[in-house]
Amino acid sequence: MADTTQSGPMLAADGSPLKRSLSRTLRRQKLRALLLIAPLLIFVLVTFIIPIVSMLFRSVENQIVSHTLPQTVEALQEWDPNSGEPPDEAVYQALFFDMFKAAEAKRHTQVGNRLNYEQPGLSSMFRGTGRSLDDMGEEFEDALVDIDPSFKTSEFWFELLSGEGADSFLKDRRAKLAAMAGESMRGDIGFAPSAKALELLPATTEAYTDFAIWTAIVEEDVVAEERPWEAVYAGLGVDLRSAEVVQQIASYDGPGAAALKAAVANIDQLPQESFRDMFAESDEDWLDTEGWRTMALYSPDYTTGYFLNSVDLQKTIEGVEARPETQQIYIKLFIRTLYMSLIITGACILLGYPVAWILANLPLRTANVLMILVLLPFWTSLLVRTSAWKVLLQQQGVINEILVWLGFVDDANRLIIMNNATGTIIAMTHILLPFMILPLYSVMKTIPPTYLRAAKSLGATNWTAFWRVYFPQSVPGIGAGSILVFILSIGYYITPEIVGGTDGVFISNRIAYHISSSLNWGLAAALGTILLLVVLALYWCYDRIVGIDNVKLGG
Amino acid sequence: MKLTTTLMASTALVVAAGSAFADDHAKMADSMTVVSWGGAYQKSQQNAYTIPYAEKHDGLEVIWDESSAEAVAKLRAMDEAGSVTWDVVDVVAADALRLCDEGLAIEIDPEKDLAAAPDGTSAEEDFGELLVGDCFIPQIVYSTTFGYRTDMVPEGADAPSQICDVFDLEKYPGKRALEKRPINNVEWALLCDGVAKEDVYDVLATEEGQQQALDKLATIKDEVIWWSAGADTPQLLADGEVFMGSTYNGRLFAAIEEQKQPIGMMWDAQVFDLDGWIIPANLPEDRLKRAMDFVKFATDTQRLADQAKYISYGPARASSAPLVGQHAELGIDMAPHMPTDPNNAANTFLYNYEFWADYRDDIDAKFQAWLAQ
Repeated sequence: MADTTQSGPMLAADGSPLKRSLSRTLRRQKLRALLLIAPLLIFVLVTFIIPIVSMLFRSVENQIVSHTLPQTVEALQEWDPNSGEPPDEAVYQALFFDMFKAAEAKRHTQVGNRLNYEQPGLSSMFRGTGRSLDDMGEEFEDALVDIDPSFKTSEFWFELLSGEGADSFLKDRRAKLAAMAGESMRGDIGFAPSAKALELLPATTEAYTDFAIWTAIVEEDVVAEERPWEAVYAGLGVDLRSAEVVQQIASYDGPGAAALKAAVANIDQLPQESFRDMFAESDEDWLDTEGWRTMALYSPDYTTGYFLNSVDLQKTIEGVEARPETQQIYIKLFIRTLYMSLIITGACILLGYPVAWILANLPLRTANVLMILVLLPFWTSLLVRTSAWKVLLQQQGVINEILVWLGFVDDANRLIIMNNATGTIIAMTHILLPFMILPLYSVMKTIPPTYLRAAKSLGATNWTAFWRVYFPQSVPGIGAGSILVFILSIGYYITPEIVGGTDGVFISNRIAYHISSSLNWGLAAALGTILLLVVLALYWCYDRIVGIDNVKLGG
Repeated sequence: MKLTTTLMASTALVVAAGSAFADDHAKMADSMTVVSWGGAYQKSQQNAYTIPYAEKHDGLEVIWDESSAEAVAKLRAMDEAGSVTWDVVDVVAADALRLCDEGLAIEIDPEKDLAAAPDGTSAEEDFGELLVGDCFIPQIVYSTTFGYRTDMVPEGADAPSQICDVFDLEKYPGKRALEKRPINNVEWALLCDGVAKEDVYDVLATEEGQQQALDKLATIKDEVIWWSAGADTPQLLADGEVFMGSTYNGRLFAAIEEQKQPIGMMWDAQVFDLDGWIIPANLPEDRLKRAMDFVKFATDTQRLADQAKYISYGPARASSAPLVGQHAELGIDMAPHMPTDPNNAANTFLYNYEFWADYRDDIDAKFQAWLAQ
């Protein structure tokens, strides 16, 4: 007997400890369960969560400015926005080279559009100047070619700037270009910048390296055979403006020395105009500090600007301030959306409760017929239902005609029940009514009619019996219906757009406008995020007050 | 065994034939998705462009998508997703400019990519200043103008004929339908508030000017029903909901001539706008070739003139104007119904693309805030 007693852990049939064996089985079961729901999980993740998160991310993302105009943004750090003076030459010079590349990639207009959301006028400023960049560079090119025709040849530049020892520089240029163009700049380019050239002619080498990467990878041409961008000539022009460079060229004897020396000898033939003047010539608004302040304000990679805009505030150099009254609209729309959704929910309860009660208490056969009437609108397109309301509600519409015919309303003073908040409330209440009736019905179905009879036989009046006995049991249905109707109505925009006129539109209408019309997706995302947060907050409040366990969709 | 061999042999044959066929046609895709606005307009394009084009190119499948109203947003989303499914897209010029700015449409070289006029005039000259931006291929000139109910004109008054009659509630009481956006409305408001035509955009560029326009609109605000779809105004006019309203001239033409509604055209201060094609960026080689080929065909002189048989929009080429004939079904002369007809174009306005590209969002925000007041 004694040797059959074990003091160690209990063992399973295969001799392993029972505890481990059990947990292994459990884990396997859990894994299998997970595998079963995996398709749905992945589906929801890919088609729902990821798009929503990426869309919400746009509400703070602002990399386009610093990626497209990296050197300008850097140079702009030195500028004092409150000085009342436009930035100095270094910024304009950086802007020329940044914008030249951006124009090659057609990105400059995108920056212009982005900044135009904050300050009107910048869009055409960027677009217009984008067209004159080539001319600016050509002035340098023409002057240099006049001095020495070898500047015209592609081999000259390739030999002058090719070499080795500047790998990290090349890598850096690749990264910058890739960020600007939004595509990979990896691959062989058939050119390596020389460290010596970079030291001697920094701006030229930089412009040429960018040109080389772009030509080889995006245009898929051979660098050595292509004539460089006008920006490369401008780069040399910029380099030659430095006395130090001029001095060093005197003792330079590498490739292209003769041409460089000729350029130094005829330096007065090169354009002397500052980049600031050239930009001002293209569009005098480049001298306006407002545009530069906007650029400085929106140069960081992430911005709170969209969120501030969506609550009628604005970012300024001095800090956050309220928008002028003539532009305040979003807070008003948020409040209106919530307020009208509440009214619609209330109207749905008032209209839906008796209908659900009748449905729940009629014999099944009749109830089913009536149920079809409730569901019928579900089977009709939303647009059709809304348009039908238009026919009914307009001033020459069915309702007004009948009222005038009955003599309730004077022909000259027909009711205005469309193209305003009333229209939205009427149409949306009708459209959302089934969402209230169905949960109410399924909850009421479970309330035994005997309770009411018992209450009455114990002496309660009809009202007391209803209010003290029946109603409390139907509250979970009201809760479920209200949540459904309220959350659905907050996001509606087709119906308010069609029958809402001006004071019956919701915040979703503005979101739709920014998504499809103004293309200001950042602002749309910020507005959407706020709406989502408001709904979550209301849901939380609801849970605290009513308790989410008290919500029933059925049985 | 025998069956398998036969099957294999025939499969090989089909594959070989298929690839041979593919080699021949590698240059152009066999199907093409054209995006347009739906309705009578799209039908006119089918009649004038795609049906004749498909007759010339056997086996070509043309798929229509009625998404032009959201074309810019959808193209941007497609581009971000990395798969553009549209080949040719019909958009208004302002949208073409945006698409071009965003790098979502390819640039067009009119000399190379578009057909010259029959008399040899180059496409660039033939389209003239209607070539807005670098990506836009003009197709029609349409206008936004006013229509009014002829049976609702107050007794003793002349039919409204001036743009400022819209703002004259004393002489012409009744509801008006205006578009629920600032474009066109603010220009009309300023014109009727004493601003000279050539100064309108300079004034509108200032805060005070924008306020002035809104203040003028405020004088009729209570009598305005704001529309957002082009079909709204003809419907409101037909129902007698409004006395006058702005919309596209083709919609009014259809209401007057095809549905015989008691509606008159005002034409005064009509705003010209353009509609045309763009080709999305980053198309595969074969689809791009097909799209370019189609667009070249669809915008030649004869094709543009043909479209005017089905809808009252003016062809964008100067050389097409003399070829405009009669309506295909009604048999009436189309020329007098064109917005570009000299009798209709006595006082016109050309949509200012650059200005609205800059100020659209700003003025729209103010306009919407003003509407909500």
